[in-house]
Amino acid sequence: MNDKVYKALLLLTALFMPVICGGVVYALVTDAYDAFEHFGFFRFLTSSEWSYTQGAEKYGALPFITGTLMTTLLALIFCIPFSLPVALFVGEYFKGTRLAAVLGTVTDLLAGIPSIIYGLWGFYTLRPIIMALDISPQGSGVLTASLVLAIMIVPYAASLSAEFIKMVPNDLKEGAYSLGATRAEVVKSVIFPVAGSGIFSSYVLAIGRALGETMTVTMLIGNTNNIPDSITSTGNSMASIIANQFGEADDLRLSSLIAIGLVLFMITAVINMAGKMMIKRARI
Amino acid sequence: MESVKPILEFKNTCVSYTKQTMAVKYVSAAIGRNTITAIMGPSGCGKSTLLRAVNLMHNLYQNIRVDGEILLNGENILSMEPIDVRRRVGMVFQRPAPFPTMSIYDNVLSGFALNGIKLSKGEKDATVERCLRSVALWDEVRDVLNKKGTFLSGGQQQRLCIARALAMKPDVLLMDEPTSALDPIATKHIEDLLVELQKEVTILIVTHNMGQAMRISSKSMFMYLGELVEYGDTGMMFSNPADERTKAYLTGKMG
Repeated sequence: MNDKVYKALLLLTALFMPVICGGVVYALVTDAYDAFEHFGFFRFLTSSEWSYTQGAEKYGALPFITGTLMTTLLALIFCIPFSLPVALFVGEYFKGTRLAAVLGTVTDLLAGIPSIIYGLWGFYTLRPIIMALDISPQGSGVLTASLVLAIMIVPYAASLSAEFIKMVPNDLKEGAYSLGATRAEVVKSVIFPVAGSGIFSSYVLAIGRALGETMTVTMLIGNTNNIPDSITSTGNSMASIIANQFGEADDLRLSSLIAIGLVLFMITAVINMAGKMMIKRARI
Repeated sequence: MESVKPILEFKNTCVSYTKQTMAVKYVSAAIGRNTITAIMGPSGCGKSTLLRAVNLMHNLYQNIRVDGEILLNGENILSMEPIDVRRRVGMVFQRPAPFPTMSIYDNVLSGFALNGIKLSKGEKDATVERCLRSVALWDEVRDVLNKKGTFLSGGQQQRLCIARALAMKPDVLLMDEPTSALDPIATKHIEDLLVELQKEVTILIVTHNMGQAMRISSKSMFMYLGELVEYGDTGMMFSNPADERTKAYLTGKMG
């Protein structure tokens, strides 16, 4: 009897999660409905206009989708040359040493820094540098946002990749060494190929993080509603346009913002699920 | 002592994992060219440790010390570059472990790839065929050379690993219980193969299987607690062991 009650309670609390998730999706869909109905689903996604003149309102998500994809892709590119060496350091070269433990912990610590702090650092430290280097006149923009975003996702990519690098069987590594391979050759020909799918999936999860990151991007991307024509120009990401405008928006504009939110939710959900599935497969 | 110059010679070889304890204690022995030498002894006696000293596997790990001398053709291995030693001394491990991301073909050639040695297509094909033939695997896999090495059975995988080691034309082949993960039929295959292979290469094999040592080796070492207790002709050792400890092990009273 006691056991039954316990089981029922457990089930009830467990069911709570899918209910919340369903509720979020339901709210997003109903509130975004207006925008999709007014502009059409695909026209909304492919239109680059964002004007809220009374009577001639036109909203399209393309500049923000582009902004998000650009910042994410750039962040990924900037993140690889830092996270991969850290992963190799912790997972192979200094595996099990105190040095690796310290580096691993510090890297993980980076993941715990609130995004507003990264934003402040980017705004007051990195932005003046970008200006001083004459890379862009205003300092903020896609590049600045991506650089800080890259630092933010390094811990995710590095610590997960390190786990996969650690998992490469010793048999294989010793097999390669016994054939006269140097350590660099073992890394290139054995560790990377064998841990490859796992490393790839950790980058997919890092992308998932970068896609939805709001605060830092909002503070650094420049907040203009155009498609960025180069990596140094300003723009807006899907998350940053919502953060910028949700307070003052109503009716159709609010619905359009929520529609952007829905699209962002779908993209991140797909990316995260794909990443998790790949990790599962890589573990086998 | 043989009249021919030994290919491999241990001189007071010691291996220690920690400062206080020695896993291999002052082993001295000369290994003749083109022989099979079995290293026997109970678990933890240091036989694998001794074997792994020969291709400087211990250099991969911190804190492991190897002292004394190990001479390969008269040259002390311990003062040579590990990479040069390992190209001349091949190794086959307990568990068959072909590289899972490489095809059967590429597995045979992996030694060249890992050393950055470029071969022409003709040389590659010839090497693959020669090595797979010498491990009696060619007829079984000639049509599936592009499949992954892990697609093969355990015994075939182990033969592939032997082929991989032979491709580098080593002087000495170290084998660390190469059949302990295999079934009796696959074991028989490998044993027959080794007897054939000793024409090309000197083999040092660690084994738990006394029958195996009897069947394939001409010389045997018996190790106990890190010491080389007895070293001599296999037949002699089995029929008339000189040391009480060897006798106890061979008769199943110890180990």
